[in-house]
Amino acid sequence: MDKQTNEQPASAYFIEERHDPNETHTLSVLVQNEPGVLARVIGLFSGRGYNIESLTVSETERNKHMSRITIVTTGTPMVIQQIKNQLDRMVPVYRVVDMTLTGHSIERELAMVKVRSKGDARVEALRLADAFRARVIDATTESFVFELTGNTDKISQFEALMKPLGLVEVARTGVAAITRGADGM
Amino acid sequence: MSETKKTESRQMTGAAMVVQALKDHGIQHIFGYPGGAVLPIYDEIFQQDTVQHILVRHEQGAGHAAEGYARSTGKPGVALVTSGPGATNMVTALTDALMDSIPLICITGQVPTHLIGNDAFQECDTVGITRPCTKHNWLVRDVNDLAKILHEAFYVATTGRPGPVVVDIPKDVQFATGTYHPPRKNDVHVSYAPRVKGDAAQIRKAAALLASAKRPVIYSGGGVINSGAEATRLLRELVGATNFPITSTLMGLGAYPASGKNWLGMLGMHGTYEANMAMHDCDVMLCVGARFDDRVTGRPDAFSPNSKKIHIDIDPSSINKNIRVDVPIIGDVAHVLADLLDILKADAKRPDLKPWWAQIAKWRARNSLAFKKNDDVILPQYAIQRLYEQTRHLDTYITTEVGQHQMWAAQFYGFEQPNRWMTSGGLGTMGYGFPAAIGVQVAHPDSLVVDIAGDASIQMMLQEMSTAVQFNLPVKIFILNNQYMGMVRQWQQLLHGNRLSNSYSEALPDFVKLAEAYGGVGMQVTKPGDLDGAIEEMIKVKKPVLVDCHVATLENCFPMIPSGKAHNEMLLPAEANDEATAAAFAGGKALV
Repeated sequence: MDKQTNEQPASAYFIEERHDPNETHTLSVLVQNEPGVLARVIGLFSGRGYNIESLTVSETERNKHMSRITIVTTGTPMVIQQIKNQLDRMVPVYRVVDMTLTGHSIERELAMVKVRSKGDARVEALRLADAFRARVIDATTESFVFELTGNTDKISQFEALMKPLGLVEVARTGVAAITRGADGM
Repeated sequence: MSETKKTESRQMTGAAMVVQALKDHGIQHIFGYPGGAVLPIYDEIFQQDTVQHILVRHEQGAGHAAEGYARSTGKPGVALVTSGPGATNMVTALTDALMDSIPLICITGQVPTHLIGNDAFQECDTVGITRPCTKHNWLVRDVNDLAKILHEAFYVATTGRPGPVVVDIPKDVQFATGTYHPPRKNDVHVSYAPRVKGDAAQIRKAAALLASAKRPVIYSGGGVINSGAEATRLLRELVGATNFPITSTLMGLGAYPASGKNWLGMLGMHGTYEANMAMHDCDVMLCVGARFDDRVTGRPDAFSPNSKKIHIDIDPSSINKNIRVDVPIIGDVAHVLADLLDILKADAKRPDLKPWWAQIAKWRARNSLAFKKNDDVILPQYAIQRLYEQTRHLDTYITTEVGQHQMWAAQFYGFEQPNRWMTSGGLGTMGYGFPAAIGVQVAHPDSLVVDIAGDASIQMMLQEMSTAVQFNLPVKIFILNNQYMGMVRQWQQLLHGNRLSNSYSEALPDFVKLAEAYGGVGMQVTKPGDLDGAIEEMIKVKKPVLVDCHVATLENCFPMIPSGKAHNEMLLPAEANDEATAAAFAGGKALV
């Protein structure tokens, strides 16, 4: 049989490769804190093939049963818009704000970093931690646990620096974001 | 119970609340199947006669029947099933309703609250399983939440972009006594407020584009029908006021009459040549309540390359999902069209459309739905044409299954009114049509309801014959029997070297005997000359009738946009010889 020379294999669907560049966006989603609401949001992402880079969720207004979900996602501009629209039409979702588009939001993440080392490496770890304004929240004679807050890049950088100095493990909260200025979302 | 008590809150069991809520929302018919976890609700149904329960033979049938009921009436359809398998059998119908935006309220029983998570008998995670296939769903943990949730369920299902909802009620909640309150006008969900009114600035932009269009086309969809009678009226008024050509998706058929002079026929993969060419060559496209589905657009990067696109949709997530549009308008079709018409009617100066209509006339002259007459075997297109001619003047509703027969029905049956055509568009559910027809017949007991079916599809839900017989529903099943899963066979022929892998319906049952075994009437017709008589007889019999219409076995459904091709690369029936077909289909060349 001849080799197929056509771009499109025999298919009932148009098979196309997309070449638009991906962007990373941080979305704040205000939701009604009802059972299963997180599963709904996550299910939307997995079901429609969207990416989740980071996700944090917590009840923020207890008396109104409202939770705030912060999602960092990547996709083409069309996909990002689609993600926002899909989130916005969910019944328990109040509002979706694209923190990346608003341009002036603050993003923070908290990490706890465990480092095991002795001698010079231990001193260097402590010195770098100081430079990054990380706090020591646990120590033994051969280890530290550092607590560090900052944006994702800062934490990743700190993590990379600790690697040769005896990095054991890292726990990160994922990103929380808020807009600057007096107004809420 | 006295009338004065109607607006007051009062104590009752959860099971009684379900029936009371149905009454309060004006529900007269529900479709369901009993089981252990819904017995308290069935007990309540037994003790009243306002809400009539239609017993189906499979829960999926209940879902599709409720869908047919909803689509033919514009009212929500209601299904009631038990936990576990009852709920999982509903999944196909729920997904179908989600894809086609059908308001469907499904009440499921659940094992008692204290057994949830214990792998109890007939337990399943209903809200987990149905989360991605409903617009919203609820597990009711407290009987005092039930009334609010039931009213919310009706509100969510029927407003905005309609869709299916599930209310999962554990058996102990059905038994428990709590406070019921009737639906209240301001009883809306706190975080859910669909927008109906379109943005005025966007509508002005759209009006300006339309007013300057030299080659306009209106592409309407199921959203027009979902929006209601007013939307249909306004769409027709828009076409009348502008003289724009109009095409429609599969789901939108009937919003504009097929006999209307501006009608181009359906568009898309099996749409007419003139509709697809007009879409491809237009300069301004007005998409009304449709969603640029892949069966409609063909190759997306070659879809209508030179047009400005206006998109009216109530669901923001439909905007720019597949095709980038220039003027999105988020809102209800009727509201937006009313505003749009106000502007368009005030300014009657518009470019001359004569050259555009002349071009369309040339495309129409290609006669893309033509088929050769045959005196020996019944051609499926001819069968639909005869069915149309003999039922068009009657009060007729048509449902279909999925496949070639569905496309032929869409091509050859002309719909003059909305809500007369129920078909599974988005999900493409074989087995949809017959239970849907039962739902339609329940809503319209004196109308003629015909399920145009295929020999393969009909076997997926044929057990509902028993339902039709039990409830004296004189639905008609009109099978285009070609002894194949025709659409699968067509794709195998065109794309997979004619290797007909598992698409031949071996060991077909004797449909006539089967119909008779259920207590219905079975008929068989094999010759073109006998067709009219058979259809006449089918209409005359006031019982469920199955017509086994033997048609040409290897007929293909044309015209067709081959996969990976654009609207202007259609394959027309007259040109669909082996060579042209091979050339048109990617990968097909080596295989013919």
